[in-house]
Amino acid sequence: MVTLQVNGKTMEVDVSPDTPLLWVIRENLEMTGTKFGCGIAQCGACTVHLDGSPVRSCSLPVSVAQGRSVTTIEGLADGDTLHPVQQAWIDHQVPQCGYCQSGQIMSAAALLARNANPSDAEIDGAMSGNICRCGMYSRIKDAIKTAASGVQVFEPAQEVQNG
Amino acid sequence: MGKWTRRGFIGAGLLGGGALVVGVAIRPGQRAPELAPFVADGDETLVNAFVKIDANNHITAIVAHSEMGQGAQTALTQMLADEMDADWDNVSFMEAPAEDGYANGPMARGFILPDPQIPKVLIPTLDGALQKVSEMIHLQITGGSTSIRATGVFGMRVAGAAAREMLMTAAAETWQVPLAELTTENSHILHAASNKRAPYAEFAEQAASYTPPNDPTLKTPDQFKIMGTSRPRRDIPAKVDGTAQFGMDASVEGMKYATIMAAPVFGATLESVDDSAARAMPGVVDVVTLDDAVAVVADGYWQAKQALAKVKPTWSRTDNDLQSTQGIFEQFDRDLRAARDSGESNDDLSIGDADAVIAGAGNVIERSYRVPYLAHSCMEPMNALAHVTDQGCEIWTGSQNPLGFRYSVADALEIDAEQVTFHNFQMGGGFGRRATPDYAIQAAKISRASGHPVKLIWSREEDVRHDHYRPAFTSTFRAVLADNGKPEAWDNLYVDKHEPAEAPHIPYAVPHQKVHYIDSKTHVPFGPWRSVDHSQHGFFTESFIDELAYEAGQDPYQYRRSLLSDQPRLLKVLDETAAKADWDTPLGPNRGRGISLQQSFGSIVGEVVEVTVDGSDVSVDRVVVVVDAGYAVSPDGMVAQMESGVVYGLSAALHGEINIEQGQVVEGNFDTYSALRMNEMPVIETHIINSLEAWGGAGEPGTPGIAPALTNAIFAATGKRIRELPLSRFELDSLA
Repeated sequence: MVTLQVNGKTMEVDVSPDTPLLWVIRENLEMTGTKFGCGIAQCGACTVHLDGSPVRSCSLPVSVAQGRSVTTIEGLADGDTLHPVQQAWIDHQVPQCGYCQSGQIMSAAALLARNANPSDAEIDGAMSGNICRCGMYSRIKDAIKTAASGVQVFEPAQEVQNG
Repeated sequence: MGKWTRRGFIGAGLLGGGALVVGVAIRPGQRAPELAPFVADGDETLVNAFVKIDANNHITAIVAHSEMGQGAQTALTQMLADEMDADWDNVSFMEAPAEDGYANGPMARGFILPDPQIPKVLIPTLDGALQKVSEMIHLQITGGSTSIRATGVFGMRVAGAAAREMLMTAAAETWQVPLAELTTENSHILHAASNKRAPYAEFAEQAASYTPPNDPTLKTPDQFKIMGTSRPRRDIPAKVDGTAQFGMDASVEGMKYATIMAAPVFGATLESVDDSAARAMPGVVDVVTLDDAVAVVADGYWQAKQALAKVKPTWSRTDNDLQSTQGIFEQFDRDLRAARDSGESNDDLSIGDADAVIAGAGNVIERSYRVPYLAHSCMEPMNALAHVTDQGCEIWTGSQNPLGFRYSVADALEIDAEQVTFHNFQMGGGFGRRATPDYAIQAAKISRASGHPVKLIWSREEDVRHDHYRPAFTSTFRAVLADNGKPEAWDNLYVDKHEPAEAPHIPYAVPHQKVHYIDSKTHVPFGPWRSVDHSQHGFFTESFIDELAYEAGQDPYQYRRSLLSDQPRLLKVLDETAAKADWDTPLGPNRGRGISLQQSFGSIVGEVVEVTVDGSDVSVDRVVVVVDAGYAVSPDGMVAQMESGVVYGLSAALHGEINIEQGQVVEGNFDTYSALRMNEMPVIETHIINSLEAWGGAGEPGTPGIAPALTNAIFAATGKRIRELPLSRFELDSLA
C-alpha cells in the first residue's frame, strides 16, 4: 500500500512500488487529465508537480512520491477559478489537439511559480522538454508571458486582405 | 490501387464551383425522421439532417467530422450558424454518430480499403463530380483538408440556409403573412409590419415536416456575420483543465489493460510464443496471440508492459528480413535508371515534347532528390477500448473515420456492422494516422480472445515502429534552359504515386513538360501523412526550380515570378510573400532567405524562411506565410493551421527520418525520432488573402512549402544545396 497526497487529498493505493506515478494517477485514481506520451521522460505530456516542482510522472516510481505532495492538472485551478496559465491558454487559443497541454500547462505553472517574469531563454529552457506535435510553441510562449504579466496581449488574426 | 481510393475521392469531387453544387448537401427528401433517434432527445427537433433546435431555442449543429485539433467542428458550426442567422451564443455542436445515415458505409470503406468491393448498383450514381462531392459529405473521413471546402461549403452552409428557409415558411403559415415580408436575426423570425418576433424554436416542429429545399439562397460574403470572424474554439476550455476526453481516457466497468508487440518486420507472422514467464507476472490476465502480434492483458498498463517484455515470440521469416534503408534507396535508383534506359514509365503529365528538347540540348541540368520514411508520431499513442460479447462489439477510440472503423472492425470479427457500436473520441493528433483502423481491430480481437473489455495501449515504440508511413521517395529531374534563362523543358521522373494526383505538377510556365513515375514497391506500409504526396513533391519541385534560378543567374523570387504571368492568383501570393518577408532587404553574413510556392488542397501558400548558419548549426529564425484559401472562415483558425503545418513540416525537414535495418524500423521513441521543440521554434508570421475564389483547405497546405524554403534559405546563406532530408543527416561544414 502506498499513501499519496494528490491535489490536497490523501489517497491509498495498492500497487507495486515501482509502478510509475503516471499509471497510478490514471488507472488507480482515475484522473485522466495527465497523459501518457512516451514513457521515457522525453515528451512531457505526463508532467505533474511533486512538492511544486515539475516531474515526468511516466518515469517516476510511485514510491518516490510517497508522503509528498502531488499536484495534477485537475488540482491546478482554485475551485472554479482557473489558474492564470489555464486562462491564458484559453485567451491565446493555445491547444489544438490538446493532448500535450496538461503537461505544457503544468510545466508553465511550475516555471512561473519560481520565476514570475521569465525571459524568452528561460521559457525555452523550462518548456523544451514538452513536445507539441501540433506545433503551438509560439502561442504557448505568448500565453506564458500573458500569465506572467497579467496583461492580455493576444490579438486574434484579423488582418485579412480581400484580393 | 482500386477505383475507389482516397485519392479518387479527395482528388476528384472538388472541381465544381459555387452555385453548381449548391444543394447536394441535403439528399432528396426529408431524412430527419429516420435520423432523429440517433441525435435528438427530449424537447429537441431535428429540422434537417444537420441541425436541431430545442425548446429553449438552442441550436445544435450536427458535424460529420472528427476533431483532432484542427478546429473544424467550431468552424463548420460557424458556417451553419451564419447561414441560419443564428445567435452564436446559443449554438453548439455535436459530432455525428457513426451511423449510415450520417455517412455512406460502402463509400467510407472505399476510402480506406485498398481494393474495396463496391456494390455495382452504386457506381453509376457516383459518376460525375457533383455526386462525388455529395457522397463525400456523407462519408465520415476527416482528411484531405476537406472539412471546410467540402462538408462546410456544400453541406453545413446549405443545411443552415435550408433550415432558415424552412423555419420562415413555417412562420409565414402560422402568422398568415407573406414569406417575403419575414426577416431573421439572432435565431428569431421577425415580421416588421405586424411587429411580431418569435424564436426559431416555435416553428421547429412544423419546419421539420417540410422537405428541405436543396437550393436555398446562400449569403454573400458581405452578409457574413459569423463566418470570417475568429470565434473561440468550443473544444478548448476542456483542453486546459484535464477534462477533455481522448480515446486514451475511455473506460468501462471491469476493463483490463493490454499492450502489444507486432511482428518487427512488416509482413511477418507469429509462428510460436513462449509466454510462460509472462503469465507468471503479477496482474497478468491473459496472453493473446494474433496472426502477426502478441498482446498481454493485465490489470494495469504497467503490468502488461512489464509482462510483454518477458514474452518470447518466434516470427516467420520473410523476403524482407535483410532489407535496409540503403537497400531501398538503391532499389529506387536501380529502377529509375532502368526506366530512363528503357523509356518505360507511367505518364503523369505531358506538355509539348520534353524528350526531344532535352535530346537536342547541349546543356542539360540534372538533379536528384530524396526524402525518408516518416512516422506521424501523434502525441497520443494508438489505443482503443473494445468490448466484444456474443451480442456484438463496442469500440471507444479516436478515429478520423468512425464509420469506416465500424465496418473494418465488423469485417475483422466477421460480424455484421449493425452489431458494432462505435464511440468516437477527440484525437490526440491525427495527421492521417488515425484513418487506418489497425489499432481498433487489434483491441476488438484481444477483447474477444480474453473475454474482457480491453483497453489496448501501444507503447510509443510500438507507435513509431508500426505506423503507416509517409513513404521514402527519390525524384529525378532534367531541365533545359532557354537563352533567357527560362526553363524550356522540365522532365521529372519519380518513384511511386499516391495522392493527390496533381502533387508533382508545377504552376510555372514551361513549354515542354514531362512528369512521369515508376512503381518501386517496398514492404513498408503506406499511410497518408499530412499533405500526403505534396509533402515530398513540394520539396522536390520547389528545390529544383530554385536551382534553375541560380543556374540562370537570376533571383529565385523574380525567376518564379517571371513564370507565373498567366497565374494572377499565384502571382499575388508570391508577391505578398516576398513583400511581407522583406525579400529585397539584404541580410547579414551567414544568413539567407529561401522562398517556396505551393498550391495544394485548394489553397495557395507562399513561404519565406530566414536562417542563420553557424558552422553546421542552422537556426531557423523566421517564417513568413501568405495563404489564399479563397476565404478564411475562422482567420485565427487559419493562422493556427498554417503555424501547425509549418512546424510539422519543419520538424520533418530538420529531424524526421524512419530508417529500416534488418527489415525493421530502427527508431523507437522521441529520443531517436525527434520532434521540433520550443528552443528551435522560429517566429512565424501568417498573412491571409481572401480572394473569394473557391474555398480551399487549411490543415495540410502549410506543410509542403517549408522544407524547400528552408533548404533554399540554407543555399542562399552558404551556397550549399541540400537535396536529401532531413537536415540532421548532414554536417553542413563538411559539405562541398
